[in-house]
Formats: sequence, structure tokens, C-alpha cells
Amino acid sequence: MAAKLRLESLGCVRGDRALFTGLELALGAGDAALVTGPNGAGKTSLLRVIAGLLPAQSGTVEIEGALAFAGEQTALDREQPLERALLYWARLDAQDSAGVRAALDSMALGNIADVPVRMLSTGQAKRAALVRVIAGNADIWLLDEPSNGLDTDARARLEAAIAGHRAAGGIVIAATHQPLDMPDAVNLTIGEAA
Amino acid sequence: MNAFFAIARRDLARVFTGSGWALPLVFFLLVATLFPFAIGPDPTILGRVGGGALWTAALLAALLPIDRLIAPDRDAGVLDQYAVRGISEEVVAIAKISAHWIGFGPPLMLAALPASALLGMDAESLMRLELGLAMGSLGLAALAVTVAALVAGLPSGGALAGLLMLPLAVPILIFGAGALDELQRGAFFLLAASALLLLAIAPFATGAAIRIMRE
Repeated sequence: MAAKLRLESLGCVRGDRALFTGLELALGAGDAALVTGPNGAGKTSLLRVIAGLLPAQSGTVEIEGALAFAGEQTALDREQPLERALLYWARLDAQDSAGVRAALDSMALGNIADVPVRMLSTGQAKRAALVRVIAGNADIWLLDEPSNGLDTDARARLEAAIAGHRAAGGIVIAATHQPLDMPDAVNLTIGEAA
Repeated sequence: MNAFFAIARRDLARVFTGSGWALPLVFFLLVATLFPFAIGPDPTILGRVGGGALWTAALLAALLPIDRLIAPDRDAGVLDQYAVRGISEEVVAIAKISAHWIGFGPPLMLAALPASALLGMDAESLMRLELGLAMGSLGLAALAVTVAALVAGLPSGGALAGLLMLPLAVPILIFGAGALDELQRGAFFLLAASALLLLAIAPFATGAAIRIMRE
């Protein structure tokens, strides 16, 4: 796969407030970007614009490769066992159950695969959403606050998953306040004026 | 196409594992039970107004599932995940309408059997009612999904849904009840036409509503 992502003079307006303008970013296979900035600066909006969930006010987003998005909601059926809920998305992404199993183990959720999603703690739900991304096998990962609520062990597992994904030629964009170790990641700070 | 079947299957499973399908059905039967209490037990009067009463009950029953059609998927981020995967909002809408009809139309037609007996309707009227419900429920299911998408995320969306849906469902009610009269042969065609019109508009209206609510 030759994943590519390119933002050209990207601008976003929410309500009547300009969140950011003239954002430039070019990422190729194996690259990563770390989006930082104060609360309300537009980190989530930037990820949603890239994911195509929000229209860009100005500029363009060019994407080659499939996208995976982990936002603040897990998008997993609360009543279903964790593994079955994840399988729904894996099937839509044309992946099989072995991939889900492996992704569950990689985030140390293998032992609670039968637990209904509604019983998960905040950190476990966050990890489950990351498992959805990992198992989806998409080229470009968009992670919104991926390390929120994760303990040290889970964060190390997340960093390992990101490193593995980049080594396989994938792209990662993470927006976060927490420290997240991504070697040679492009730093993208938005909303510093505010 | 793959995505269409996956989404429809998930929605269907959610309706039938929960009690989602039973609520409109019980409501429909409840109205049929209440009617003789209000009108009185005279079989000729009941037989004459029974069909119309059941059509009104069907319309109101169609309102009940609205809050579980779109809003939960929106709140859980499921609709966002569909969009990220490049599944168009219209495909999502058609899948949701299909799944909703299967969970709404046939159970309603089944409930019409005991309901018509409670109201003392004859076999001829029952046949007309069932045929009308088969067509009308298609339009009602399409309309319900559209309205659900329009009010998802609005405060007191449930109350608004009724105000939005019932006026638009009036043609179904008029032609559905009209088709019970054997002299009004055209009513069936007009019922089918109004149901098809709703069915044709719904995917686009729902798709547009889903896109707008993301902002």
C-alpha cells in the first residue's frame, strides 16, 4: 500500500469562529503526526475534517488509502459481547475474526472478549475503540485522544501498535494532550494564539 | 451492497433481540381493545368504524419506534463510522428503512388479526385492511426513518416527531381507510402511490438529514 495524506492551506470554521486556517501537512507511508493545542483549539475538528465528517472551510484534503477513525465514541453495540461488537466492523472492513482476536490480544482485552460492551470501564472502552481501528487494517489511522484513560501498560501497547502500523507503511495522526511516544512524528500545533 | 446487508442485518438483530418490535404491536392491540369500551358494544357500529380506528392506531403505533431508529446510532458514533468507510448516507437510509419495515409491517399485519376480531370486522374488511396495511406500512416505515433522522439530536425530538410525522402520514390514513370501502376501488392505487412516494423520497431526505446533523 502507498498511503498518502496531504493537507493544503486547510481552514475550519465552527459557528462563526475560525478554529484554524492555512494548515499544511504532507505525510507518506510510515509517517505520523501529533496534533497538539489547548482545549477547544480544534484538534477534534481537524480530525473530523480529514475523515470527511466535517466540510473544510478552505483548502483541500487529499487522501490515498482507507481511513480508520477513533473518536470519543466507541461505536460498539452496548448490549453485545465485546468481540461480537468488534466483529461487526471487522466484517464491514472485509477482515476476519482472527484479525479481531489478534487485535484484542494486542490491547490486552482478550480475557474480556465475552463481556458486554456496556460493562467496560472508560479505559477498556477506549482500548476497545483502538482494537476496532487496529483490526480494521486501514492505511490511515485518525486517533482522537487515544491515550485518554489508558494506564501505563495500555499506553505502551498503543505505542507499540502505532509503531507496528507505521512499520507496515501506514500513517497515523493522533490528537492528544497526553504524552504519546511516536518517534519522528511531525508536530502540528494549532490554536496557539488562543 | 455488502454494507447494505450488513447494516440491515444489524438493525434487524437489534429490533428482535430487544423488545423494540413488540411495543408498536402491543400499542396497536391496546387501542383496538379500548375502542369498544368508548364506542359501546354495538356490533354494527363497531364493524363500521373499526377499520378506520385500526388505521388511526397503526399511524400512532408507527410513531413509537422513532426514537430508536437513528438517534442511538448517532450518539454512539456508528453513523460517523459508516461515513468514514465511504458508505453513503442514502445506502444507510435504505438499509435502515428495510430493516425497520420488516420489524414493523409484518408484526402489525399479524396484530390486525386479533384486533379486527375485537372490533367484530367481517372477513372481507379484514382482507382489505391487511392488504392496505401491507402497502401503507411501507410508507409509514420510510416516513418514520426520515422523521427520526430529522429530529435526532434535537431536544424534545420525540414530541416534535409526532408533529412532523402525522401530517405527512395523512394521505396513507385517508386512502388506507378509504380502501376499506368496497365501492372506492381507486383508493388502493392512491394508497400504493402515496406509500411509494414516501418510499422514494425517504432515502434522500434521510441521507441529507444525517449529513446535516454531523455539523
